[in-house]
Amino acid sequence: MIVANKNKIAEMAENMSGMDAVDGRSLWADARRRFMHNKAAVVSLVILALIVLFSFAGPYFAVWSNEEIDWSVMGSAATKGMPSFETGHFFGTDDLGRDIYSRVIQGTQISLMVGVLGAFVAVIVGTLYGAISGYVGGRTDQIMMRIVDILMAIPFMFVLILMLVVFGRSIGMLFIGIGLLAWLDMSRIVRGQTLSIKNKEFIEAARATGVSGFKIITRHIVPNLLGVVAVYATLLVPGMILTESFISFLGLGVQEPNTSWGALISEGAGTIRYDTEWQLLFPLAFFVVSLFCFYFIGDGLRDALDPKDR
Amino acid sequence: MSHETIMKVDDLKVYFNVTKRDAMPWTKPDKLKAVDGVSFELKAGETLGIVGESGCGKSTLARAVIRMIPSESGDVMWLGQDLMALDAKEMRARRKEVQMIFQDPLASLDPRMNIGEIIAEPIKTHYPKTPKAEIKKMVEEVMIKVGLLPNLVNRYPHEFSGGQCQRIGIARALILKPKLIICDEPVSALDVSIQAQVVNLLKELQEEMGMALIFIAHDLSIVKHISTRIMVLYLGNMVELADSVDLYKQPRHPYTQALISAVPIPDPLIEKNKELILIEGDLPSPISPPSGCVFRTRCPRVQDICTREKPEFVDAGNGHKVACHFHD
Repeated sequence: MIVANKNKIAEMAENMSGMDAVDGRSLWADARRRFMHNKAAVVSLVILALIVLFSFAGPYFAVWSNEEIDWSVMGSAATKGMPSFETGHFFGTDDLGRDIYSRVIQGTQISLMVGVLGAFVAVIVGTLYGAISGYVGGRTDQIMMRIVDILMAIPFMFVLILMLVVFGRSIGMLFIGIGLLAWLDMSRIVRGQTLSIKNKEFIEAARATGVSGFKIITRHIVPNLLGVVAVYATLLVPGMILTESFISFLGLGVQEPNTSWGALISEGAGTIRYDTEWQLLFPLAFFVVSLFCFYFIGDGLRDALDPKDR
Repeated sequence: MSHETIMKVDDLKVYFNVTKRDAMPWTKPDKLKAVDGVSFELKAGETLGIVGESGCGKSTLARAVIRMIPSESGDVMWLGQDLMALDAKEMRARRKEVQMIFQDPLASLDPRMNIGEIIAEPIKTHYPKTPKAEIKKMVEEVMIKVGLLPNLVNRYPHEFSGGQCQRIGIARALILKPKLIICDEPVSALDVSIQAQVVNLLKELQEEMGMALIFIAHDLSIVKHISTRIMVLYLGNMVELADSVDLYKQPRHPYTQALISAVPIPDPLIEKNKELILIEGDLPSPISPPSGCVFRTRCPRVQDICTREKPEFVDAGNGHKVACHFHD
């Protein structure tokens, strides 16, 4: 609507002053629309939402809490501890007579928390680190990225196991261990993106206007690389859950009375030859379904935010 | 129009370090002389056109005077203050007096911001305490001024055409009422009819608000239309600086003469009989510019002295400055 005549514009503006401003469609709105058209991703999102809901609402339907022991089942889980509504053990019990249903709820909470919190920390640290490194450039960039290279060269799982052995096994330690290393990839990806964004003219326009370096990073660079970050973060969550599960499977991660998917799967796998397959299958089902959901959502986000689509 | 000098640039040099492909870490990098000793003055409310072929340092010069690019040496006096002596924070504060318009209209707008936010950014940067309602009013005013309907504030840059995007860029530059706007090829990415609209808009706004313009372009007819004075750059050196009418009527430097003869005239009869001055060869490398006069490798009037001595940038009368041994 280019009108060369300024008086006419002023007049039109006068006429329209009563009207509300036209809503624009932001790139985010566009991406949301594309995401909503991706069936696998939307279904995954719904399932994941249900799993999260289950982990919070589940305890209200539980007959047995995760701390109670059903003495009548203890020792004969294979014959008396199978899933049933009558006994109130919806998912059965483990060898000690603890309710798997409640244990799975507890494990879901902890596994998701580790995954989401770990990814969140990695995203914040990695994004800021990468954006600063890429935007400042030059020697700062060199030094910051060499630090990342050095940290990456350290065998991560080995160090994590050593840390858990030396400093004791706790969720806090696990967080620190996973969080310390997960941001490395993130910072590299973000730095690469920043390098391509920082030479765009709108960054120069902001600099010419007098916006400070930090504001440019937070106001212009970070929102523009958030697409990539969002995709990577959704793929990071299952990675985190996997790592935590692996560590817990080894017996080094989450400790009793807490539990996680990995710990439950480990226990279930250990007793599978006594015909108590439900001890493995229920936590495993939650684990697998959640991971699939995260990967599908990540895929959907990538398709939705891919700028080449436009 | 007042005639006070707002900007005085003295012997500005911008060199870039170029590392050779097989260079060792300790070898000194080559110096690319992007701008090599440019001096000029800018008066309030005037338009200085800068022309020259690609890679002659037009954009570098414009960015260097406002310290968007570090310069090797030289002074820039802006409203009586030496910009080169300011620290980063003071410099940022002064940026509100000089704004910029860019070549690619869409790329110069942040795709994640709506245009209301884009236009308001300079205010939020320099006057962060301005109440929201006032910002909104200012944005509306400036949008009307550049010919955009104010109810489009919530739209995003990708929803606009190139010409509209350039108007948004102009609105952003205008909102702080700067004393100087640097236009870096503001119309070369637009098609001809839109070019005319944007150039005329700039001209109108200049008359209304009285800011000075530094207008970079490679289209001579547009520069002629908008400029009061024109500077011709060649390989980072000024070859001619004159009043725009004067420069077109009587170009003194052989390079300017060739440039002007190349401007097409929209009349086939005149165009056919026009005498075209062709320049042979390519632009020499700015890493090792020719000795003496930089233009000598391609100049039709070249003599021995051109190799030996660099011509002074002298006044050939009436403020018409030229750098040539044989200006007539």
